[in-house]
Amino acid sequence: MITGFAAMLWKEFIQMRRDKFTLAMMVGIPSIQLVLFGYAIRTEVRHVPMVVLDESRTAESRQLIDVMRNTGNFDIVGMVQSRDEIRVRIERGSAHAALVIPPDYLRDIKRGRGATAQVIVDAADPLSSSAAISTASLAAQVTSLSILQESGAAPQTPPLDVRVRPWYNPDLKSSTFIVPGIIGVLLAMMLILITSMAIVRERERGTLEQLVVTPISKTALMLGKIVPFIVVGYVQMTVILVLGKVLFDIPIRGSVPLLYLLTMAYIVANLALGMLVSTVTKTQVQAMQLSFFLILPNILLSGFMFPRDAMPEVAKWLGNALPLTYYLNILRGVLLKGIGMSELWQDTLALCAFAAGLIMLSVRRFTKTIG
Amino acid sequence: MTAAAADDVAVRAEKLRKVFGTFVAVDSLDLEIRRGDVFGLLGPNGSGKTTTIRMLCGLLDPTSGTGRVAGYDVTREPEMVKRSIGYMSQRYGLYDDLSVYENIRFYATVYGLTGSTRSKRIDELLDELHLRKRSEQRAGTLSGGWKQRLALAAATAHRPPVLFLDEPTAGVDPASRREFWSRIHAMAAAGTTILVTTHYMDEASQCKHLAFLSRGHLIAHGTPEEVLKHFGQPTIEDVFIELQKRDER
Repeated sequence: MITGFAAMLWKEFIQMRRDKFTLAMMVGIPSIQLVLFGYAIRTEVRHVPMVVLDESRTAESRQLIDVMRNTGNFDIVGMVQSRDEIRVRIERGSAHAALVIPPDYLRDIKRGRGATAQVIVDAADPLSSSAAISTASLAAQVTSLSILQESGAAPQTPPLDVRVRPWYNPDLKSSTFIVPGIIGVLLAMMLILITSMAIVRERERGTLEQLVVTPISKTALMLGKIVPFIVVGYVQMTVILVLGKVLFDIPIRGSVPLLYLLTMAYIVANLALGMLVSTVTKTQVQAMQLSFFLILPNILLSGFMFPRDAMPEVAKWLGNALPLTYYLNILRGVLLKGIGMSELWQDTLALCAFAAGLIMLSVRRFTKTIG
Repeated sequence: MTAAAADDVAVRAEKLRKVFGTFVAVDSLDLEIRRGDVFGLLGPNGSGKTTTIRMLCGLLDPTSGTGRVAGYDVTREPEMVKRSIGYMSQRYGLYDDLSVYENIRFYATVYGLTGSTRSKRIDELLDELHLRKRSEQRAGTLSGGWKQRLALAAATAHRPPVLFLDEPTAGVDPASRREFWSRIHAMAAAGTTILVTTHYMDEASQCKHLAFLSRGHLIAHGTPEEVLKHFGQPTIEDVFIELQKRDER
């Protein structure tokens, strides 16, 4: 048993070292994906081009425009003279937002009535528009507060306190949110893909059949096939963590050893999925296709990119069936919030249940297919 | 059965039968292969050769009947059977990205050889099969004949008393075939029992005994001469063609 396992390990590591392409994939893909996802996926919105229709033309209206500009989320790209002009600019795409200050803006302020300024947003991109809306309302509040202070009058009703207080990610940087998730997505991607392909390759080449007629035990065969990929998984995770720290300055607030420990359950669950894929596919191409099919819901439904709170019930249930959903809580919890087992025990339990269930199922199927 | 007789028979199948669903792949097969024999299991595609060999290797449980290889029961002691046999198929089962030396070393280790026993055995195989000069070459870059030698080295790393060859010389040039067969005869002379499944004529003519399978049934067995006489055909090729015709009827 030990000799057989050692022989498998020896062979796997030689093969891994020789297979330059896979080796490059193991380190290259995490780095490339990290940079791509980290830089390209931006849910925070900066520099939305905005035009202004200032019908008030007062110091107060200019103050409001300044506040808008100073949020950094809007670039004032021009002053316009009419609502038709706004429409033209937005339709042409040279502006994605417009600020309209009505002629009676100053009068309303003076009278202590609520002054209204309008922000028009091109909602074709719902993500950036919702961000623009929240920024605009923030700007409006800032302005109204300063107006109250300037007038010196004690507000009869205190201004409604709906200040946005972004915890854990005060800069609202999407990379802080995305990068920890990349660890989970990439581990799933690489482990399911590489494991299934490595096993199917042995089947395709006839070496699996050759191994089965030798006295090597099934346990040694399977462990020998799996253990090298656990090492690969940890290497990839480390690459992303280090690059994430260096390139995106993601915070590491919690215990790194705890994160590595909990990651084991996640790695095992994905290896088991890879083994399952290998038992139902005959060629490496099929294994690759099925792997990608399995990875897609991980990206879409786990909460990696899109918040699960906003998902319809069905999508939420499906997300509950993904190990990544729980692993994401652990990743973000440990890295961003610095929390530990007392808060994460439920996610850990779910992840361990997945790992145990999947490995039992895949071992059963695997031993059956090798007869 | 006396002890001496048991020792003399290396492979024995009694009423061996394998059914897949409703398809009878092998039916009441009786075989007896003596120690040191070169035994050819012949038959068209789908005649049950591979199923038979898989049952004898302990890979497939027979539906009924018994098989004994090197003194071990294939259903009850498959692990002991696996230790006693070498298996080489036309796919060779080599790792293309490992060198010649690494392939032999890997299989030797899997068969339980370690330390100086292993290195001595690897040296022996490299010399006997003239693989020494190529020991550092990757298996994937070898030509057919060299791959075949390497596969034989890997399959016999543990000096198995019984060797199964599943269409071993497919796609190999004539010179390499001759070399291969002289090696097989040498091993048989030294006491190794060899079972070859094939539908190639030249491999059949190299065997001391033949058994013909057709649709899962043993229809003739004996020395090549006896088999020819049984079918009343001039060559083994004619026997094949005759069998194929019967199958198609």
